[in-house]
Amino acid sequence: MAIAETTHAGHGDHHGKPQGLARWLYATNHKDIGSLYLWFAFSMFIFGGVLALCIRAELFRPGLQFWQPELFNQFTTLHGLIMVFGAIMPAFTGLANWLLPLMIGAPDMAFARMNNWSFWLLPPAALLLLISFAVPGGAAAAGWTMYAPLSTQMGMGMDLTIFAIHIMGVSSIMGSINIIVTILNLRAPGMGMMQMPMFAWATLITAYLIIAVMPVLAGVVTMVLTDRHFGTHFFNAAGGGDPVLYQHIFWFFGHPEVYIMALPAFGIVSHIIPTFSRKPLFGYTSMVYATSSIAILSFMVWAHHMFTTGMPATAQLFFMYATMLIAVPTGVKVFNWIGTMWQGSLSFETPMLFAVGFVCLFTVGGLSGVTLSIAAVDIQLQDTYYVVAHFHYVLVAGALFSLFAAIYYWFPKMTGRMYHEKLGKLHFWWSMIWFNVTFFPMHFLGLAGMPRRIPDYNLQFADFNAVASVGAFCFGLGQLIFLYNMISSIKHGQPAPQQPWESADTLEWQIPTPAPYHSFVEAPTLEVGENGAIKSMHGGKHH
Amino acid sequence: MEHSEQTHYFVPDPSRWPIIGSLALFCLGLGAALAVNSVAAGKFGLLLGFGILFWMLFGWFGDVIRESLAGRYHGREDHSFRWGMGWFIFSEVMFFAAFFGALYYVRVISVPELGNEVHKLLYPDFSASWPLQTGPGITARYQAMGAWGLPAINTLILLSSGATLTWAHWGLLSGNRRQLAFGLGVTVLLGVSFLSLQMYEYAHAMHELGLSLAAGAYGMTFFMLTGFHGLHVLLGAIMLSVMWLRVQRGHFSAQHHFAFEAAAWYWHFVDVVWLILFVFVYWL
Amino acid sequence: MLSRKTHLGILGGAPLGAAAANLNFQTPVTQVARDIYDLHLLLLYITGSIFVLVFGVMFWAILRHRKSAGHQAKHFHENTTVEIIWTVIPFLILVAMALPATRLILQQKSSAGAELTIKVTGYQWKWQYDYLDQNVRYMSHLATPQDAIVKTAGRNDNYLLEVDEPLVVPTGVKVRLLLTANDVIHSWWVPQLGVKQDAIPGFVRDTWFKVEQPGLYRGQCAELCGKDHGFMPIVVEAKSPADYQLWLAAKQKAAAANADDPNKVWKLDELKARGEKVFSQNCVACHQANGKGIPGAFPALDGSPIATKDKPAHIDIVLNGSKKNPAMAAWGKQLSDTDIAAVITYERNAWGNQTGDVVQPSEIKAARGGKA
Ligand code: HEA
Ligand code: HEA
Ligand code: HEC
Ligand code: CUA
Ligand SMILES: [Cu+2]
Repeated sequence: MAIAETTHAGHGDHHGKPQGLARWLYATNHKDIGSLYLWFAFSMFIFGGVLALCIRAELFRPGLQFWQPELFNQFTTLHGLIMVFGAIMPAFTGLANWLLPLMIGAPDMAFARMNNWSFWLLPPAALLLLISFAVPGGAAAAGWTMYAPLSTQMGMGMDLTIFAIHIMGVSSIMGSINIIVTILNLRAPGMGMMQMPMFAWATLITAYLIIAVMPVLAGVVTMVLTDRHFGTHFFNAAGGGDPVLYQHIFWFFGHPEVYIMALPAFGIVSHIIPTFSRKPLFGYTSMVYATSSIAILSFMVWAHHMFTTGMPATAQLFFMYATMLIAVPTGVKVFNWIGTMWQGSLSFETPMLFAVGFVCLFTVGGLSGVTLSIAAVDIQLQDTYYVVAHFHYVLVAGALFSLFAAIYYWFPKMTGRMYHEKLGKLHFWWSMIWFNVTFFPMHFLGLAGMPRRIPDYNLQFADFNAVASVGAFCFGLGQLIFLYNMISSIKHGQPAPQQPWESADTLEWQIPTPAPYHSFVEAPTLEVGENGAIKSMHGGKHH
Repeated sequence: MEHSEQTHYFVPDPSRWPIIGSLALFCLGLGAALAVNSVAAGKFGLLLGFGILFWMLFGWFGDVIRESLAGRYHGREDHSFRWGMGWFIFSEVMFFAAFFGALYYVRVISVPELGNEVHKLLYPDFSASWPLQTGPGITARYQAMGAWGLPAINTLILLSSGATLTWAHWGLLSGNRRQLAFGLGVTVLLGVSFLSLQMYEYAHAMHELGLSLAAGAYGMTFFMLTGFHGLHVLLGAIMLSVMWLRVQRGHFSAQHHFAFEAAAWYWHFVDVVWLILFVFVYWL
Repeated sequence: MLSRKTHLGILGGAPLGAAAANLNFQTPVTQVARDIYDLHLLLLYITGSIFVLVFGVMFWAILRHRKSAGHQAKHFHENTTVEIIWTVIPFLILVAMALPATRLILQQKSSAGAELTIKVTGYQWKWQYDYLDQNVRYMSHLATPQDAIVKTAGRNDNYLLEVDEPLVVPTGVKVRLLLTANDVIHSWWVPQLGVKQDAIPGFVRDTWFKVEQPGLYRGQCAELCGKDHGFMPIVVEAKSPADYQLWLAAKQKAAAANADDPNKVWKLDELKARGEKVFSQNCVACHQANGKGIPGAFPALDGSPIATKDKPAHIDIVLNGSKKNPAMAAWGKQLSDTDIAAVITYERNAWGNQTGDVVQPSEIKAARGGKA
């Protein structure tokens, strides 16, 4: 057996910084792993974004211009999958990695070595998706929802996608276990659960959602796999299965999944708005309860994606009511943010701009969500561009904007330098404008009757599609501003003070800037006030 | 717990095992995708993947065991392991939930629906009845698996293996190493006999009852649920065997034996899944 | 309620002027579609007001409570009364929205009392209409020519929304559709009728509509169903009951006249000509007009061993579909013996396949054996 008893074990933790490639490949440092996640997510965002531009280029005017319909469907599918699993989710996990230990006074994540594995599983999964473009039959083309039995028709690309999903599932489950255990077990003495920063709460609840639903996704794609190759009939009436069964299981995963991409955003905004309002977060307790109720409700609403499958009226009514209910806790959050700004002393640096932009546009997306949740009306809107508009408002202006806000906000702590404020503001206004030019017209397209996932359309949809395509290219171009700002500021930015924002009061701002490579190797003893505000800190060692 | 005063938490050194594990899963994913499409290279990918995976598992767990023996884990680390294993098992529960959900759905919703009045339009001759007529396109005859023969024996085996494992744990707690080793050994043997009987049951199902994954809603849920369960029994048995070997080498103390407990939890989890399986797949 | 036109005006606003009609649902032509239209407007007004109100408050704060305007922060962070209010009020608003929605759902779902039942089957990528009690059954294909799609030749206003044979229904009659599909999920959607219903392979779902005015109403498949999902339009032609009866009678007569004698012996040229038509309606989507298929996805027939040598295998794959790849459907379920004979003959004599083989309908009949 290989279980040798050499006691020459890896002895001390906390040497200096490891050097070279090994620092990244073998990393056990949460900051390094966090950075890996963030860079990976950003490159996937560009990859997914380029696919989006391929979609928008084809849709610029009627007729088939660039791609065969089959290839177009592959673009749509991979755009969705890559943005969801490759960009947004890893970005939030990366942030959680970077920030959680700093916010709660932990030396690192609870399972630092497993943390490395969580990250390093992502590139192979992305590689499998990339390879799938090259196999006979091309990449999966059944939409990111991979509805059976269309997905049982595809070629090998679908199998690669299924295994990529398995691997990403393993990765995000391990990542979530790490987050949960870190939060539950590694808080510094003095920080109770109800004194944690909101971001910690948000990622904690998100992590629970992930371990509850990623296995379900793994299960359902496994059923697709066995239907494809091993003779089962899960989604085939001939053997007593049902294509709609796929949708039930998928959306049991899929709806919580959309909150997996929203709750961390809520957490981020709940840090930034108080800081730039110079006022504590309004209604901390109700924020915690609202986040939890959103998470719980999210398990009971899945069939609102299935109103046109022909469910009985009672089922439609149940899922409609349950879905509408989510507006209440989400409303509480929006009102709390506004309550925080009210009577504050507001200033609008880039993080605040993105946070306020988030609140406005996310609400637009939320309100169109409520419209969709009305089953009677959804009959006309399901699978149209109205839905596409809805979810880009909550995903791009929601998740993505909150990520930009977070990066700008914590950039000084992470890098020790300030980003370029003017460029940041330009990035915000540019994104804000072109985002709306791109996605607002899609509401009209959907209302007027344009289905989603089509490479060509009737002439009546031409004008708005042209507008949206122009918007998309401009929006994409604007992201280069961000990239440039990041790279040049990391290299040449002004050195940042320990406390770049006047009233940021959570734990990460109490330690030097940039955060020491090994922070809190000895846990500090804290006295924590409302909303994670640190009143006093004793002890605690870094190096 | 005493760990609340512990201010220092163990953070491992950089390690090459995770990325080796990623390489393994990449080979497995690519290999499997090729293999299910009958591309010859797929098998090699799978083989290579498993090889690397085992290398990684030995290396990684070897490191963990060395760290444990070197006394680097204290109350707080132990606590983390417990939470971690607990939530891992929860994720497994959800994985099984997807398949139980599918079973529920086909039994209660889709199969009856296919046999109802409206669907006479498509299938004039089909009348649904669980378990024997579960799909209008299933023409080959098959028989269902009874609950009270082998499956009941297997239930007894698994239940008693849970008991012997707990007995072994008591041995560990009270410092009785012989009881520990013996109980653990018996548990592994019971697990192995469960698996052998299940193999036998599968052969019986395929050759005499005409059951297969392709035998409609009954056959597919039967094999998928019991198959994934069997895989978990196999995993659990391997874990317990490793624990047995470690016991032989004198690892574990009454205070410090998380690995043993984790394997035991896993085993009990597999037990409980079996009970649900027995009720809903075999019995009802 | 204001008239629909006024609403459009308000929504459209002055700058977009002529485009105003595109800013909301298409003009409804059934009661249900009208109710959906009105309910959506109601929702729009409610959610719009919420947005204006909520962000009115926020922008007030942004304007007045900013640091650069010298505003000092007040350090409150809780107020149970407000928090209860802003939990309860949204809840009440939701109840107000749910009430009319519930009524409408129940109405949409009650298909009882229909006078005409039509079975609709979705195929990749066309629709089949089957008037169950009238013995009329036909396929409805996209009529926009390929040239208009890849070039711009001859595009008209109904580009991609035109079919060779529309679904014809009488006005003023409650029509019930029974939907199913042959291969993957499709969704039958005609916006002006206020109807969208998935067609699920192997299952039957129903929906209904009652058109008031004669006219042509256009829609398209709304569920991703593979390659040509975007090219799967639906046209409903509503005729007055009298005209409908005329159409029905003519259709029934034509069906009787067109029925082929499966025992007739055909000549190569006749079969080839007919087969070319069948091929262009059913097979080009995948195997392409030049018979080269799409490498990796759909095999070439030009020069393929099956289409040049192994005749029984050729008949088998067209009749019964492929065991390996469900994309190649069992055409025996959709096409007559004569059509299948024709398309196989065509494939064996088109492009570079110059086998000179003739496949007679009787051979297909024999190959079907006992199967219908
Ligand atoms: C971050 C992701 C995210 C978020 C947060 C949401 C949030 C919501 N979504 Fe969305 N949704 C998606 C991502 C998201 N969605 C995606 C990706 C799809 C498409 C998937 C696919 O098919 O590919 C989708 C599709 C989708 C559908 C299916 C549409 C269809 O296909 O027919 C529905 C239907 O009910 C829906 C509803 C909602 C609702 C009610 C909310 C609510 O949570 C919104 C709540 C928020 C507010 C309401 C605003 C703030 C509240 C107030 C200011 C209080 C006062 C308000 C009222 C009283 C109304 N969504
Ligand atoms: C999770 C997040 C997410 C994000 C961030 C985005 C971002 C974008 N999405 Fe995406 N989208 C989805 C999730 C997301 N999407 C999902 C889940 C679907 C459903 C898929 C399905 O139907 O199955 C979808 C579907 C979808 C469609 C419908 C496709 C169809 O139905 O056929 C469209 C169409 O316009 C679209 C457009 C865009 C655009 C223009 C962006 C832009 O915001 C992207 C901007 C980014 C870049 C452009 C890249 C970065 C910039 C550079 C590299 C600089 C270089 C740029 C230039 C040279 C211009 N998306
Ligand atoms: C949805 C796409 C699609 C359509 C439409 C379609 N086919 Fe096919 N066809 C396929 C696929 C995929 C295969 C490969 C099947 C396999 O690999 O077993 C195939 C295989 C074939 C073959 C065997 C070719 C070979 O050499 O292996 C023939 C002959 C054929 N089709 C004829 C037809 C005819 C005739 C029609 C129309 C009546 C038609 N196909 C319509 C997808 C399609
Ligand atoms: Cu048929 Cu989309
Ligand atoms: Cu949802």
